[in-house]
Amino acid sequence: MSNKDAYWNKTKNHMIVTLVLWAFFSLVIFMFGSELNTMSFLGYPLAYYMTAQGSLLAFVIILFWTANKQEKIDEEHGFSEREDD
Amino acid sequence: MFKGDFIKNLPKIYGTYTGGFIVFIILMAIAEQAGVSAKNIGVMFVAFTVLIYALIGYLSRTIQVDAYYVAGRQVPTVFNGMATAADWMSGASFVALAGGVYFGGYTYMAFLVGWTGGYVLVATLMAPYLRKFGCYTVPDFIGTRYGGNLVRACAVFVLFIASFTYVTAQINATGTIASRALGIPFEAGVWVGLISILICSMLGGMRAVTWTQVAQYIVLIIAYLIPVFWISSNVGGGIFPHLMLGDEVARLGELEQQFGLVKNSAADMKAAGVPGGLKYISGTHSGVPEGGMAVWKYLSLAICMMVGTASLPHILMRYFTTPSVRAARKSVAWSLFFIFLLYSSAPMLATLSKLALMDPNLPTGIIGKSISEVQSIEWVQRWSEVKQVFIADFNGDGILQLNEWFMRGDVVVLATPEVAGLPFVISGLVFAGGMAAAMSTADGLVLAISNALSHDIYYKIIDPKADTAKRLLVARVLLVIIGAAGAYIASFRLTSILGSVAWAFDFAMSGLFFPLVLGVWWKRATRAGAIAGIVAGIGSGTLYLLWVFPKFSVPIFGGVNTPFLGIDHLRFGLIGAPICLVVMVVVSLMTKEPSPSVQKMVDDTRIPTGKAILGKQH
Repeated sequence: MSNKDAYWNKTKNHMIVTLVLWAFFSLVIFMFGSELNTMSFLGYPLAYYMTAQGSLLAFVIILFWTANKQEKIDEEHGFSEREDD
Repeated sequence: MFKGDFIKNLPKIYGTYTGGFIVFIILMAIAEQAGVSAKNIGVMFVAFTVLIYALIGYLSRTIQVDAYYVAGRQVPTVFNGMATAADWMSGASFVALAGGVYFGGYTYMAFLVGWTGGYVLVATLMAPYLRKFGCYTVPDFIGTRYGGNLVRACAVFVLFIASFTYVTAQINATGTIASRALGIPFEAGVWVGLISILICSMLGGMRAVTWTQVAQYIVLIIAYLIPVFWISSNVGGGIFPHLMLGDEVARLGELEQQFGLVKNSAADMKAAGVPGGLKYISGTHSGVPEGGMAVWKYLSLAICMMVGTASLPHILMRYFTTPSVRAARKSVAWSLFFIFLLYSSAPMLATLSKLALMDPNLPTGIIGKSISEVQSIEWVQRWSEVKQVFIADFNGDGILQLNEWFMRGDVVVLATPEVAGLPFVISGLVFAGGMAAAMSTADGLVLAISNALSHDIYYKIIDPKADTAKRLLVARVLLVIIGAAGAYIASFRLTSILGSVAWAFDFAMSGLFFPLVLGVWWKRATRAGAIAGIVAGIGSGTLYLLWVFPKFSVPIFGGVNTPFLGIDHLRFGLIGAPICLVVMVVVSLMTKEPSPSVQKMVDDTRIPTGKAILGKQH
């Protein structure tokens, strides 16, 4: 398998992991909204907290994490750009 | 100022700008103390900020094609994040989001998840690859990847429908805010708004829009956050509302029990003469509605908004401006961070505003008080005059019940500072913030449409030999025409029949999402597949919208139709996008696989290093 193919396989897997996390915070937890709302976080009902703030924050964290991880994959395969920013 | 090491100086320039803006706010506060009227403070806030944007727009003028279309691809990560956040957060988000949460509670907040979660799709599936491709516009990618003028024109068509639906709403918002702040008629406000928008974008295209959007972000975020924190400490919510409103949310639950959540009948409301667009609280704030259908309604709305976000051209094109693929990825993360600052504050503002009005223990509470007493409150009088709030004593007991208090959603943002006893300078600041939010989004949209028409239709299809001067002239003329058309439509206040901002997401998702994703992720996708997919997706989505939305279905189909599986007019992308996918895959597999050169193009797109597919100037 060429370096390019190996790179693309890793990138694809990374994409799938990211989208699984995304689906968890955007869809899965809200399938159980009424159950979650009986629990509380910071004094807020949990489902309310997640839709008002928690999932939004999770997306921000996912995005920084996924960008850093992808940069590592770039480096490993020698596709990292120089002269940046 | 905009030469040489301008990029290196950005933190200093915008730092000074932010400091200057804060000094301006303080000066206005002093002016208020010195007796300058509330109206003049509002005028000064809007005039001062709009002049600054115009100045930035003028300084960013350019005669370079790549500066005009993609800001010369040198916008640093964090600044592009701010510009995207301003591009994204519209006048509607700024003034209406908190109101939506106020009336809709948990169910409405599917919009919050949808309008943020979509960025994960942008970052993983689209932005870095489109950046590597080196396109100027979204149809530029589709036209080059699939090859041919027809597919390019199809993409431009979808872009036009989605963005134009959105832009009239934005120009309308600009007009509303300009007319309120400057005290001029709405129609005049629309044209003032349009001229401000054009000054920011015409001379410098994407470069000018980028640097004004950064400035607009700074104004809008200051204007949103200061009142939220201040109101919170005024009504006893604590100094950091995001972490400290747990008790207040619980208290709202108790108050809802105490006052009772009553639904008014349409006949009662009509008889009482409740003005159109005003709402009352009839659902819980934090409660989750029971049942499978309620869950599906929440999820389906979130899906449409997320997938739509990842297909909206005016957002995707912001990531064409970063210096590298890596910067494009990081920039998406920064964008969402800056968006998060406002979006996570909207539910807090809604909670505080609701509590201020509902809690009888607070001096600001009005529910449960006598109606004559409430009607004598100054802010109630002022907002009643302009038909933004309304009281209807249904049971005739002279006491204001929860279901007897009507209000327009915008009032939550525009009036809460006043209700909570903040000085007027804050209301002036909020006007400036709303204006910044509406202008920045309108700028991005008008530019997205006119760039697609000038680059993809004029230059690529009609006159490929046109020189730079001619191309930029055409781009600017189209910009003015599109802006004027948007303002012309907005000035008729046709927005009620033009429909919801959500439609823009559904249109974009029906026609663009899968052609973009598969263009990168599936080499086998062919030109015929893409054309068939776009046509089938946007066609079926639009037909479904006509069928399901009563204002269209009554004249066309002669009756009101029950939405299929709860997919109403806000969610029609759920019909269009899957059809687009299926048709695109089937037709692609039926046609010959793309040539080796196209497959190589896709391979190159997937790797961050190496030359872009399209040259720096093309």
